[in-house]
Amino acid sequence: MSRLLTFLLLLTVLVNSASASGAGQVLHRGNGAEVQTLDPHKAEGVPAANVLRDLYEGLVSEAPDGRLVPGTADHWEISEDGRSYRFHIREGARWSNGEPVTAQDFVYGLRRSVDPATGSKYAQVLAPILNAEAVIAGRKPVEALGVRALGERELEITLKAPTPYFLGLLTHSSTYPVHRASVEKHGERFSRPGRLVSNGAYRLVEWVVQSHIKLERNPYYWKDAATHIDTVYYHPIENASNELKRYRAGELDLTEGIPLQQFRWIRQHLGEELRVAPYLGTYYYGFNLTQPPFRDKPGLRRALSLAIDRELLTAKITAMGEKPLYSWVPEGIPGYRPVELDYAHWPQSRRNAEARRLYAEAGYSRDEPLTVELRYNTSENHRKVAIVIAAMWKQVLGVRVRLINEEWKVFLQNRKQKRITQVFRAGWIGDYNDPYTFLEILHSRNGLNDSGYVNPDYDTLLDRASVEQDPEKRFELLRQAEAIALADHPVIPLFGYVSKHLVKPWVEGWQDNVLDHHYTKDLRILPH
Amino acid sequence: MLYYALKRLLGALPTLFLLLTLAFFMMRLAPGGPFDSEKSLPPEIQANLDRKYHLDEPLPAQYLRYLGDLLRGDLGPSFQYQDYTVNELIAAGFPVSARLGLLAMALAVVLGVALGTLAALHQNRPADHAVMTLAMTGISIPNFVLAPLLILLFAVHLGWLPAGGWNGSRWQNLVLPVIALALPLVAYIARLTRGSMIEVLRAPFIRTARAKGLPEHTLILRHALKPALLPVVSFLGPATAAILTGSVVVEQIFGIPGLGRHFVQGALNRDYTLVMGVVIFYGALIILFNFIVDLLYAVLDPRVRYR
Repeated sequence: MSRLLTFLLLLTVLVNSASASGAGQVLHRGNGAEVQTLDPHKAEGVPAANVLRDLYEGLVSEAPDGRLVPGTADHWEISEDGRSYRFHIREGARWSNGEPVTAQDFVYGLRRSVDPATGSKYAQVLAPILNAEAVIAGRKPVEALGVRALGERELEITLKAPTPYFLGLLTHSSTYPVHRASVEKHGERFSRPGRLVSNGAYRLVEWVVQSHIKLERNPYYWKDAATHIDTVYYHPIENASNELKRYRAGELDLTEGIPLQQFRWIRQHLGEELRVAPYLGTYYYGFNLTQPPFRDKPGLRRALSLAIDRELLTAKITAMGEKPLYSWVPEGIPGYRPVELDYAHWPQSRRNAEARRLYAEAGYSRDEPLTVELRYNTSENHRKVAIVIAAMWKQVLGVRVRLINEEWKVFLQNRKQKRITQVFRAGWIGDYNDPYTFLEILHSRNGLNDSGYVNPDYDTLLDRASVEQDPEKRFELLRQAEAIALADHPVIPLFGYVSKHLVKPWVEGWQDNVLDHHYTKDLRILPH
Repeated sequence: MLYYALKRLLGALPTLFLLLTLAFFMMRLAPGGPFDSEKSLPPEIQANLDRKYHLDEPLPAQYLRYLGDLLRGDLGPSFQYQDYTVNELIAAGFPVSARLGLLAMALAVVLGVALGTLAALHQNRPADHAVMTLAMTGISIPNFVLAPLLILLFAVHLGWLPAGGWNGSRWQNLVLPVIALALPLVAYIARLTRGSMIEVLRAPFIRTARAKGLPEHTLILRHALKPALLPVVSFLGPATAAILTGSVVVEQIFGIPGLGRHFVQGALNRDYTLVMGVVIFYGALIILFNFIVDLLYAVLDPRVRYR
């Protein structure tokens, strides 16, 4: 017995790491899933983007309300034809090791981002830049990219066509500069504590995988004097219920999400701290247009869309303030008025009547009903939505729906192969604040077009919009495209997402914005 | 004894080999790949990534490459955490899981054996019923119910202990997860101990010891406990290996950076190398602990001799 215990106790003596305690203002943020990499050119997903926004700064940055503001470039000129941008790097811009940030750093970063050898998954964001697509495809050398330094602090970017949303793209992590010397010294794994040199308001101090990422203020940041929070911890907590408990226990100052099941309780007890705001994202169902029963059946697809009572769905099922969606592009993009489905303002009874008529026209009836499989990725929330929609289809039309939930990667593979999938769940969060980020999904050559939608008129309008210089005309072309897609019903828009956070009352400076970007440098902690 | 140990360890190699082969091919059978995401990659970039991680080679070639790397002790780069290698992730995660697991195991053995013995000595009396009721409750409440309850009570309402996090293994962060991990084990060990203790107490050699007039505590501690622990020890081997490699549920709920989470997240993300690494590591540990258990048998039971 004693020997057994000694043996166990001996094994217990393991490496202990001391816990450090920082002075000054400390912010603890819940951050969803664990960050996969802090290499800005390889990163993907919201959690990594949150941390990278604190670590790095692009040429352009964002204000707390989401407006574009100068970042590392303090001003810029855009040529008459809208194809050439000249950025002036601000004088005080420094890396976290004190070295100045130069135009060459941006050239290096942008080239690295599109370099096929980097293997970036988001290189496509840079596609508007001259020759970017050819470089990504390996048809041209990286030097061909339309980016050049005109001196230490002047950078010229040439586009293949005028791109009105280009400045917005420059807040995306795939456009961040990287510190050349440390990338060349440490290679692929330069983005680790002790190696990572960054140019944003914070620098990386500690990263314990699945525990936390710790950042401290970068004293060389050009606006460091305006930064209040000295240390920020990002805690990866996938499960929103666990996150809520840690928030309630006072271990987190703000959460990345809200557990749906507890939403009512939260509204009652933590209502003051709850921040729900429109989010630039759509929740939709897609049809597989390459197979029966939905191939060449726009009427049937329209019938299924009509039969869904979106008001009921958002009021009773999702119930967090989501907006019923009757357009493909969600609201909230400055200057763009989304096109609505023609039945957007019909009462549901009229929609149902029309749905039944179209359903019968497509050759189905109560006796010979449509049987359809609805696939969604495993999640309690997706299941709830699917059950309700299946019930609506059954009630209004008599459609027999088989619900199939699949693990994420299985689901994606089936969706992309377009063989067995018939109706699938999908969602998309805008990469940048422009309708194109949604409209391009339905372009016949887009990697997200899992419906297999092909309409040459639609493609032509999008292609024309890409080269249109006048922003108003461009939006008009995009609206025409949106109208075509809505009429064809390759997808059923269901509702617009909302962003949901809990923010402690002592966190000042938090502002809701449609992209849900919140820079730590803009926050401060009040005495409490 | 030494010969036996060598024989056992060599005999474990084919098992391990079979395990890793099965794991390798089963992992590849799962639909989807490590780089699949909602947005399809341009084919050129997909091809680049595949080439970089040798996913473009035929499966047998990949397998041989993996075996070669493994022989050099290299478990490869993680597909998911691109800034780290699998070796680094295991080296960082294992001490965490192990520390948690060993504390829980130590607590469970001490409490479980004590309670089990107590129950056996008071067989069918109130103390016995109390312990066994507790044990049944402990076995039937799963971790994922127990852990949130503990957090709600001690962290959210009373505010005595943190609700999660690791914090470089401060003791406050250890208390709740250790309890959550240990309680079901306490219950199981208490039942095992009680059962075998009751049996041992009826054995002739105990009757003889009693007849010699040995005091009750000497009788229990010196003579009865050792043989009574044999079933507990055989349970401890695989259980220790399992608990050392991390409890997925407890690590998830308390946000602890251990191995268990890598296993599940790795599988969901098709992080082939990470899953393989954890499987091999876990397999080796199980084999090792079963071996240790067999050696402990010799210590505990004078009838067992290895040659």
